[in-house]
Amino acid sequence: MSVLASVADVVAAGCLLAGAFLCLTAGVGLVRFPDVLSRMHAGTKPQVLGVLLVMVGGAIRLHGLAATWMLLLVAAFQLITAPVSAHMISRVAYRRRHVRRDLLLVDELSDAGGRDSVYRGDEPADAPPEHPAQALPESRREDQEERENGSQSS
Amino acid sequence: MIVVAVIAHALLGSGALLALVRLARGPSLLDRVVATDTLLVIISASLAVHAALSRDPTVVPVLVVVSLLAFVGSVSIARYVGGMLLQSATGEGSDVGLPRAAEERAAEEREAQG
Repeated sequence: MSVLASVADVVAAGCLLAGAFLCLTAGVGLVRFPDVLSRMHAGTKPQVLGVLLVMVGGAIRLHGLAATWMLLLVAAFQLITAPVSAHMISRVAYRRRHVRRDLLLVDELSDAGGRDSVYRGDEPADAPPEHPAQALPESRREDQEERENGSQSS
Repeated sequence: MIVVAVIAHALLGSGALLALVRLARGPSLLDRVVATDTLLVIISASLAVHAALSRDPTVVPVLVVVSLLAFVGSVSIARYVGGMLLQSATGEGSDVGLPRAAEERAAEEREAQG
């Protein structure tokens, strides 16, 4: 019995330490990575694997079915909600241009290539175009051309 | 177990400090959202580590609340930022309801000078 208990304690301690180490890697990645998408990649490491490891360690250590079921509930909830929030944040980050597009290898959402440097009317104050001084005349010229094309076609 | 507790809390605390650094420095709102999400996850993990190492299941219901709060907070801020995007997309893109950026003023001054 005591041998079994000590083995369980060692396994639980290993799980807890691995989860804590994943939390540390999340912090390091949050500080070091360049833009929102890669920071999110680092930040969701402890959100799934780290929380699962910590919950397994806690379920081994804690006695009683009530605590174990509640830890299982927390783990299942993290697994369900992490993709939803990550999807919403990354979609908004792409649309509000908080993405370093020069670091992307594949950009499947860019249907209009090269229009990134132009004011399109939906920029936040903290994410201006990449070359702001040229972007305003360029976007005005594009608006003018679109207006002329629209009046010709209609 | 004391050694495990010290090491685990040191790892969790340094991770939370680094997330706080990103929360303070983050250039955009979404960086801060990601940092807050990670910080709440680290807080719930450290609560679970405390509960496991002291064999004390008192704080376990708090974990459910913290994970719920993290999800609701990040999703609502993402919806809020996306709503700003939808409202500002006017037809001609001239009046978007946002404050004028400093870059826009600088470009207008450059145009006026020549």
